[in-house]
Amino acid sequence: MEKIKKGVRLEHISKIYTDPKTKNDFYAVKDTSITIDPGTFVTLLGPSGCGKTTTLRMIAGFESPDEGEIYLGDEPINSLTPNKRDTAMVFQSYALLPHYNIFDNVAYGLKLRKLPKEEIRDRVLKILDLVELTGMETRMTNQLSGGQQQRVALARALVIEPSVLLFDEPLSNLDAKLRVQMRTEIRRIQQEVGITAIYVTHDQSEAMAISDNIIIMDKGVVAQMGTPHQIYYNPVNEFVADFIGEANFLRGTMKGIEGNLAIMELNGQRFKVEYHEGMEEGRQYTAVLRPEASCLSDDKGVSCKVVLSCFMGSYQNYHVMVGDSLVRLEEYNPKNKKIYKVGDQCRLDFDPASVHVLPC
Amino acid sequence: MAKGQGAALDKKKLMADPVMVTTIVLLITFLSLFILYPLAILLVDSFIGDGGGLSFSVFSRIFKIPTFTTAITNTLKVGFMVGIIATAVGLLFAYVEVYVKMNRFAGGLFKVVSMLPVVSPPFVLSLSMIMLFGKAGIITRYLLKIYDNSVYGFWGIVVVQSLTFFPVCYMMFKGLLKNIDPSLEEAARDMGASRFKVFTSVTFPLLLPGIGNAFLVTFIESIADFANPMIIGGNYDTLATTIYLQITGAYDKAGAAAMAVVLLCITLAMFIVQKYVLEARSTATLTGKASRGRMLIEDKSVRIPLTTLCSLGALFVVMMYICVPIGALFPTWGFKFFPLTGKWFKLVFTRYNGFKAFKDSFMLSLIAAPITALLSMIISYLVVKRKFRSKAFIEAVSMLAMAVPGTVLGVGYIRGFSGGLFHTGLLQGLYGTGAILIIVFIIRSLPTGTRSGIAALRQIDKSIEESAYDMGADSFRVFTTVTLPLIKDSFLSGLVTAFVRSITAISAIILLVTPQYLLITVQINEFAEKGSFGLACAFASILILITYGAVLLMNLFIKYFGTSRKFKEAE
Ligand SMILES: Nc1ncnc2c1ncn2[C@@H]1O[C@H](COP(=O)(O)OP(=O)(O)OP(=O)(O)O)[C@@H](O)[C@H]1O
Ligand SMILES: [Mg+2]
Repeated sequence: MEKIKKGVRLEHISKIYTDPKTKNDFYAVKDTSITIDPGTFVTLLGPSGCGKTTTLRMIAGFESPDEGEIYLGDEPINSLTPNKRDTAMVFQSYALLPHYNIFDNVAYGLKLRKLPKEEIRDRVLKILDLVELTGMETRMTNQLSGGQQQRVALARALVIEPSVLLFDEPLSNLDAKLRVQMRTEIRRIQQEVGITAIYVTHDQSEAMAISDNIIIMDKGVVAQMGTPHQIYYNPVNEFVADFIGEANFLRGTMKGIEGNLAIMELNGQRFKVEYHEGMEEGRQYTAVLRPEASCLSDDKGVSCKVVLSCFMGSYQNYHVMVGDSLVRLEEYNPKNKKIYKVGDQCRLDFDPASVHVLPC
Repeated sequence: MAKGQGAALDKKKLMADPVMVTTIVLLITFLSLFILYPLAILLVDSFIGDGGGLSFSVFSRIFKIPTFTTAITNTLKVGFMVGIIATAVGLLFAYVEVYVKMNRFAGGLFKVVSMLPVVSPPFVLSLSMIMLFGKAGIITRYLLKIYDNSVYGFWGIVVVQSLTFFPVCYMMFKGLLKNIDPSLEEAARDMGASRFKVFTSVTFPLLLPGIGNAFLVTFIESIADFANPMIIGGNYDTLATTIYLQITGAYDKAGAAAMAVVLLCITLAMFIVQKYVLEARSTATLTGKASRGRMLIEDKSVRIPLTTLCSLGALFVVMMYICVPIGALFPTWGFKFFPLTGKWFKLVFTRYNGFKAFKDSFMLSLIAAPITALLSMIISYLVVKRKFRSKAFIEAVSMLAMAVPGTVLGVGYIRGFSGGLFHTGLLQGLYGTGAILIIVFIIRSLPTGTRSGIAALRQIDKSIEESAYDMGADSFRVFTTVTLPLIKDSFLSGLVTAFVRSITAISAIILLVTPQYLLITVQINEFAEKGSFGLACAFASILILITYGAVLLMNLFIKYFGTSRKFKEAE
């Protein structure tokens, strides 16, 4: 696969749809600019209806953007039809051709390119080996399991050696276990081939597990783009913080600085968070608290009241009220710790360094 | 917010696909030229007509012709009556089939009844009606000893059309009833409602839009029907026959054009109500497959009378059809029954150019059928799978053809093509050739084919074609390597349906055929008019044999080479 790798660039892309009921136009995707580096695995993540599929289909060429330009490498591709674009898509429903066997399904794209027979054969067999389907060439598509069909779909996309692979929720029809196995597989193959991949999902753990970069979308706009690490620890707003992992929000007013920590006040109680450049005294901020990064104690932290206490095996699940904010937390390995009951008054403690602060 | 760029890009992408653009342009030209233009010329003719200059003169003239105004009331009366009877009988048959436990014999009869209208030429029932119940009818004269019974006229048409069209209603209701969730009715039963009460309070209200739909479909078919009123109408003229006589008898082409416009307006109005109000609603209330099997009614007091009634009805219909080949074997119908003879069949081929008639009908239909099937698949593909600006036009015009009675189309072709396009002499060569007959065949079968093509394509996940497109196939490749193979069965049945419809067509054709071509249906009509029932029956029997053979061949083909079944379950 000696091919120059290509990235994808979206410049101020918008797509307008008409609501079939009200006949009003609305932005399904709005003013989206994304740069995807060659050879990276990028995930589009977001709630249902946020425009992920639309974005992907614009890159594939099935939809035409109403504003902006899409580049493949340095070439603008807006006016190219899907069959002329150097991309290949893996569909959610697999979309295998039911009247062909596995071999012919994979060979379809190569036959269209009028390659010599022996070369087609070699390449198909090589790809089938890569996705571990050797020996199944003559089966029909309905004689395969869901996971195997998924591999055929992947092989079919890979075999034409596109510059970019596109995935639209490829694993959502599989059961949970197979999903985990297949996502590792997809990641392995992507790295082996070194291809640029854009992957749509609304499953955050899937996104975390396989991506170099995650793009969080919300109502048609990009909310944040970054590595899984950046997105988890430095979400740019409450939406991102809440969407990736669980998050608790404590709103407080900044009262002062103490070394590299900022002092916040909430209902007369004070707590500390990490100080960021640009935080101003007297302004309101939201502290983002991860459930796994906080704990209950008798004497340290802000006072709170337990409203739910539930043993989950590996952890104790608590809901506590701090003023009128609800905080959910998980205390792992509860066997050796004090268990608080509903109604107990106690204190919520957390490490200031693991709290992220957002402007309100 | 402006969709300008997206639309422009879509257009650019479309233009990058020359096969697709050519196809669309050709299709639009074809549809405009052979559906829209003939109808437009009728309008132009009837408003300019006699004196030149725009006026209502032609209309005021034809409305002063008493036979025409009578024909309007006649047509509506017949349509109304047939609509009611066919709907009621169809509903009864469907109810019995879906709700009542039947024995094998009755079940078999039902199947035959649902199949007959597919293979039968339009006027077979009129023929047998006359032979069984007419002045010299076997039943009336020889069994009941009634010597002056007349089947010609209002009731003759009503009975024959009801028998012809009720199987269509039956199939429609069968689909609807099967989709009603049995638990709805069981709930009512459970609360103490009697079976009759359940039908009137639950089933019937659910079916109401469907009943309206079936009624209008039959109504339209009835008022568009030419063959039956022609043979069994006697002096009772309907619009279709009046228009025909206005052209062939009175040579009044402008008048006929105006009459055709009147008929078209009636069917079009009904069609719009049916298509856009009732069809949508009749399915909307009843979506979703039934969750469980239905408890069939085994209660003898319900089962036996209903099954017997329907079986008798079905037997009657079957008898009407069997009467035709038997009629061809009697030496003289109504007077001399024995010994049975093959002389009519022999005469067909010796004296009456049977071979030529069958060859002409067969060849023309054989050419028209594949073109129709392919065209309707292409139209369905474009309508269901692609988006482009003129799509709505293509869809609307091909559906419009469904609402155009054959007679109207025939008059439109005479006016539109006999003097060339817009009477300028352009394309004049087309008129009177076999080509124009083939085109009429195509246009007449296109809507049915398109409708079943659209239904078949809707079942195929859009992403299958998209994936092929994405792999690098252009539209032409996608259509030939993915779409067509996936709807092979639908294509095949479209092919046979088009063939059968073409070889049994008469209403438009009878106005356009020239002596150069002998068509079977026209022959049957002629001999039946003259009272030569032996010859008419002989022609009709062979025609039934051909159409039945075609359907049989198709079923065999689908059984052994059909694809759909094999990968229906593939996801
Ligand atoms: N052809 C269309 N016409 C009108 N609106 C559309 C069309 N396709 C999508 N939409 C709308 O555009 C918005 C974005 O849709 P899109 O399919 O991109 O969502 P998504 O992020 O992929 O969601 P999901 O996770 O549910 O697949 C939705 O509100 C959807 O209803
Ligand atoms: Mg989606």
